[in-house]
Amino acid sequence: MYHKEKSIQTKNSASALYNNLGVLRIAPRRLTYFAVVHANVVNMVSASWDGLDYSHRQLQSKEPNVATSTSLVTQAAFCVLPSRDLLVVTSQKGIQIYESDGSIMVYWHALETPDTPTDKAVFARGISAVWESYICVGVSSGSILVFDVPSKGSNITLSEVLEEHTESITDMASECSGSQECIADLVSADDGGNLCVWKSGEEFQLLNKIHGFDMSCSSVKLWKGTVVAGYGTGQIRLYEAVTGILHAEVNAHARWIYSLDIAPFSGLLLSAAEDSLVRVWHLNLTPESNSVEVAHLHNECVTDTQICGAKFCDSDGYAFAVTGYDLSEIIRYTQS
Amino acid sequence: MSSRTLPLLFINLGGEMLYILDQRLRAQNIPADKAKKVGWIEEDRRRVMNDIITTMFNKKFLEELFKPQELYSKKALRTVFDRLAHASIMRLNQASMDKLYDLMTMAFKYQVLLCPRPKDILLVSFNHMDAIKDFVKDTPSILSQVDETYQQLIEMYSSLCSGEFQLIRQTLLIFFQDMHIRVSIFLKDKVQNSNGRFVLPTSGPVPHGTQVPGLIRMFSCAGEETNRLQFTNGGNYTAAVREGSFEIFGDRVTKLGTNMYSVSRPVETHMSGTSKNSVNAAPNPLAKEELNLLAKLMGGLEVQKPGNTDSGFRVNLFSTDEEEEEALISRPDELAYGVINIQATKDQQANAELTKIMGEFTESGDQSPSSSKGDDLLAMMDGL
Repeated sequence: MYHKEKSIQTKNSASALYNNLGVLRIAPRRLTYFAVVHANVVNMVSASWDGLDYSHRQLQSKEPNVATSTSLVTQAAFCVLPSRDLLVVTSQKGIQIYESDGSIMVYWHALETPDTPTDKAVFARGISAVWESYICVGVSSGSILVFDVPSKGSNITLSEVLEEHTESITDMASECSGSQECIADLVSADDGGNLCVWKSGEEFQLLNKIHGFDMSCSSVKLWKGTVVAGYGTGQIRLYEAVTGILHAEVNAHARWIYSLDIAPFSGLLLSAAEDSLVRVWHLNLTPESNSVEVAHLHNECVTDTQICGAKFCDSDGYAFAVTGYDLSEIIRYTQS
Repeated sequence: MSSRTLPLLFINLGGEMLYILDQRLRAQNIPADKAKKVGWIEEDRRRVMNDIITTMFNKKFLEELFKPQELYSKKALRTVFDRLAHASIMRLNQASMDKLYDLMTMAFKYQVLLCPRPKDILLVSFNHMDAIKDFVKDTPSILSQVDETYQQLIEMYSSLCSGEFQLIRQTLLIFFQDMHIRVSIFLKDKVQNSNGRFVLPTSGPVPHGTQVPGLIRMFSCAGEETNRLQFTNGGNYTAAVREGSFEIFGDRVTKLGTNMYSVSRPVETHMSGTSKNSVNAAPNPLAKEELNLLAKLMGGLEVQKPGNTDSGFRVNLFSTDEEEEEALISRPDELAYGVINIQATKDQQANAELTKIMGEFTESGDQSPSSSKGDDLLAMMDGL
């Protein structure tokens, strides 16, 4: 179904972090941007579609001052808003927002870090663009910071702080089908496996809370009102967002799941885990019977690699890219 | 990232160090005086092990170690282990110390990677602890220190959730990033490839709490199962085995963290020299913060006066002295550890180096407070 293409070499290897691959497709310029985290650095590659031009850029995590130890980056993700595309980088010290090509930093938000380290680590993690003008970022305390983003310029403001989770946020996702009919706009996941479903607005509204089963949910997606969640046990669960009804349960992987992605136009689902496997599934939603069908389509094994990032490169799922711990390349696959 | 990583890193690396030293001390033909009996050599070995373990489990030292803090840089941690390795009458040359550290780190990297669940790192730690306990079983004073450490580990880690263990694991993996030194014993056992990467099998038992991949279950709105589908998982998995014990005593089940060396299996390393530029390469001098932490930690490490070299004996991690010399000369630059040489004797040069490092971090607005802090730190270093 898919075959391997030429890999893109990166300056450093990928770190073992959840959802460690950002992909942004820029059709007008026939380019795709990739972002991969290595310790305190984000490696960006801009790849032309003809495969001839590659340019690299490195972004450093912001240090408040020279004397303190380096701040590790936890995630780098592209946020697509109607008016602009941005790159959001979360780290131990705070949140940096850049123009999507990484050229200019437009905003910096510092996390409140205690003077001496506490038992519980402090960091930001979990990034999602929501609806028209919001970017939401999770924090290790369980808080979710909601930023209001103007259509241009750097006047980004912190609009709200959502305090619903009590455990560290792992991932967040917004409704990606493009449908205006969906009630739920955002889903957030935490280390306890708890999922919160939100409606965006001047004040975000909690629509539903789906309780976890004491196992971290490391990656989450929201598509046509269905939450797709990947867990440390290697299981994937599909829930109806607003009601919390369990549609399906998949014993998908033999190790901790690190990344999920959905191709919204085709309903293809991509899952990747520490077990070296990337799997492609198909989701079929039947609104009449309010049921979801899950079919397994394809496996790819990246030998001797714990995969940390996997994303479709386009909305149809025609191609996808993969990163792995200690691997200095972005592996690409295309449909045959 | 996780502020609870250092104790696990230290105990596991320490455990590996003891396995290796124990094997080398047994294997090494110590050129004994004709006057000395074989029994004296055996006693020496036990003394070395006891001295190192006593230092490792020093109460003040462990107190500092268990405080919530960020992981040290590779350079700083190497300095701590250098000190630890010399806590007895045993002496190691630079090349042997480098090799020892390579082996220790690659072994623990292997164990962290292969752990089925992040929580299993605790079982690996207990395996090391169990072995350490066995080394000192005849010495009650050290034994009680070790027992207390079990308690501290249980207290600190038992209540952590799966996600927090994964954070610890991720922090460790960042520490070990890009290390691909090839270790003979791993290559022979086919757990490491010739490119230095570890073999990750897609077969065997799944972790405790995980199901064998292959089943899709679909449900109706009422919660009834409506359909079941099977898919090929691309591997050869079996059901999970029983869970290991997280108590002070018990069967840990996993073999990761147990002693893989024996007298007949000598250990060699090959330098692959493929480590790319990673975090610790760029910001070189130890951050002021880190230097402070290091000083506090080292304060707890009592060091033997190195003066009387007759009473000490040298341990070589290579087969011959020539090999050891050769290894030192030919070690690739990118794999140099750049250890900070903090000596126990009052050394002009070391003080100058430290002063220089401290000087580089004096903040401009901060006049007398910072300079007196610097003096205090140097004074503490002098006392080591």
